[in-house]
Amino acid sequence: MDEQSHYEKWHQAFEASTLRKGPFTTMSGVPLEPVYGPKDGEFPGEFPYTRGVHAAMYRSRLWTMRMFAGFGTAIDTNTRFKEIIRSGGTGLSTAFDMPTLLGLDSDDPMSLGEVGRCGVAIDSLADMRDLFADIDLGAITTSMTINSPAAVMLALFVAQAEESGVSRDRLGGTLQNDILKEYQAQKEFVFPPRQSMRLVRDTMAFTAASMPKWNSISVSGYHIREAGSTAAEELAFTLANGFAYVELAQEAGLAVDAVAPRLSFFFNAHIDFFEEIAKYRAARRIWAKWMRGHYGAKDERSWQLRFHTQTAGVSLTAQQPEINIARTAIEALAGVLGGTQSLHTNSLDEALALPSEKAARIALRTQQIIAHETNVVNVADPLGGSWFVEELTDEMERQAEELFAEIAAMGDGSMLEGCIKGIEENWFQGRIADSAYQLERSFNQGERTVVAVNDFVEGNDDDDLTILRITNEDELKQRRRLDQVRRDRNDEEVRGALERLRTDAIDPEINLMPALINAAKAYVTVGEMMSAMASVFGRHVEVPSL
Amino acid sequence: MSVRVLVAKVGLDGHDRGIKVVARLLRDAGMEVIYTGLFQTPETVAIAAIQEDVDVVGLSLLSGAHLTLAPLVVRALRERGSDIPVVVGGIVPNNDLADLEAAGVAAVFGPGAGADHIVATINSLVAPSL
Repeated sequence: MDEQSHYEKWHQAFEASTLRKGPFTTMSGVPLEPVYGPKDGEFPGEFPYTRGVHAAMYRSRLWTMRMFAGFGTAIDTNTRFKEIIRSGGTGLSTAFDMPTLLGLDSDDPMSLGEVGRCGVAIDSLADMRDLFADIDLGAITTSMTINSPAAVMLALFVAQAEESGVSRDRLGGTLQNDILKEYQAQKEFVFPPRQSMRLVRDTMAFTAASMPKWNSISVSGYHIREAGSTAAEELAFTLANGFAYVELAQEAGLAVDAVAPRLSFFFNAHIDFFEEIAKYRAARRIWAKWMRGHYGAKDERSWQLRFHTQTAGVSLTAQQPEINIARTAIEALAGVLGGTQSLHTNSLDEALALPSEKAARIALRTQQIIAHETNVVNVADPLGGSWFVEELTDEMERQAEELFAEIAAMGDGSMLEGCIKGIEENWFQGRIADSAYQLERSFNQGERTVVAVNDFVEGNDDDDLTILRITNEDELKQRRRLDQVRRDRNDEEVRGALERLRTDAIDPEINLMPALINAAKAYVTVGEMMSAMASVFGRHVEVPSL
Repeated sequence: MSVRVLVAKVGLDGHDRGIKVVARLLRDAGMEVIYTGLFQTPETVAIAAIQEDVDVVGLSLLSGAHLTLAPLVVRALRERGSDIPVVVGGIVPNNDLADLEAAGVAAVFGPGAGADHIVATINSLVAPSL
């Protein structure tokens, strides 16, 4: 058989794709090709996927408009979820409150003032049931943004779904479960790094074996960038973490092709339009090359980097908050032109509070304008071939490769060891803090402009925005709910489930997921499960550094 | 003698970009800065502030718990007989400013507060006792 040209291969894949209903023309009727470029050049859907992971990209299917939501009690958030689905949102994404993210119950003394504030409070199976009440978990994909207690939350989710009649193999969604970036950037850690990695391993093995539609980890650069890194650092640290998880799975005897297709990624869309697009293009290319080259992946799904994008919270201003709509629209467009698979757009009021319902709706509408009015969805990788964007893509890749070399050197050739050492030695944390400081100084010295902050401040005194208020009422309500759960459950079952969890935790060869699901079904609380594991694993304390 | 500032993360909020940047900007302005690290309680912050004999305590709160936690830090200091002023930086809606002031918080730096403004405010809080 003759070697097919790039164009022919692409054309075949494109013809095999189901397409949306057009019209695939400009507004004035000019017919549009699905992609442009020389016939011997790279095409979307083709290794190394610089131009996108699918041959037809958004002509086949738009990105998932996945709006992140969560506040107050599970009942409050369930109402918001249903509102999102009614408004045309196509995926759910759960934001948890600080106590839940740190594996503490709502009645823990450290939880005071934090319950339901920046996400929903989940203490037990009872809350998980209310969170997804009347939502068909077999029909919509659900993302859960949680890391230290990720395995616990997965256990609760599986328990809840099975209780409502949806078997675990039908569940589609994503667990963030990216613990490395917690130590590097987001700082919601509980156990020491190596013990945490055991839980990550257990969730990877469990989902690989019994949840074929589930993404076990969302390897996240978002928080690294929000913590202050540059675009290249976000790119490099995120992919290095991704490599580390692949090595972790390999060490545990899982084949690269059993886990890599279930890794997804999560990047920031910051305000520097072209740099962001170049970053996404470089990310796909680097991942494909490393998966095939370094890790020997044979399945092309292992090579394809799929990612979620969120616009940059840090780019929003509390001053003249309405102008954040414009920032978010520009950032979201970068994510779309960069070929994202799903997108969250921030609300205009997020420099002040959690989004009000109206602000969240405007943010979703922003995506719908990009998707349905602008026509940017008809041509894949429309900036491919731009001298500027191609050069910037190469530069992102070069900078990332330099950082990979440094990380690998810390681990004597192992990315897994390099990432853990880099955390233990504050290398990542220090680099991110340095970059954050450099950027802040450039704003303070007026070298860079932030509209309504260090220039164009007329109008800053207008302050008539209605923001979402979370009252202490919610905290009291949640404590009462938890109290009720503790009263209603079978204490003997609880003791037995906790004992099994501790025993299993002691033996590093045992997968903890079955013990966690067992505990979830016995109404053991998140805090109790985490404490039981902490009694074996210990707790991580970060050495403060400036 | 240079102004000594204790910057602290109290509660569960792990967002430490702001506190680290502000700490360095205060150092650039010639202040001595001590950082508590994450996940402190109001009591540990008060004890550290008194032991370190600082002039100002700066709290960084971005999780929405400022109305609960900032007053507790002020109270923990006053209960120990200390009058060290407490300032707050982070995500604080304008509607909450009056409550924080009533609870004894000396100044609030919201999103976008510039380095010069923060430094000048801290200096003005310290000046009377110098």
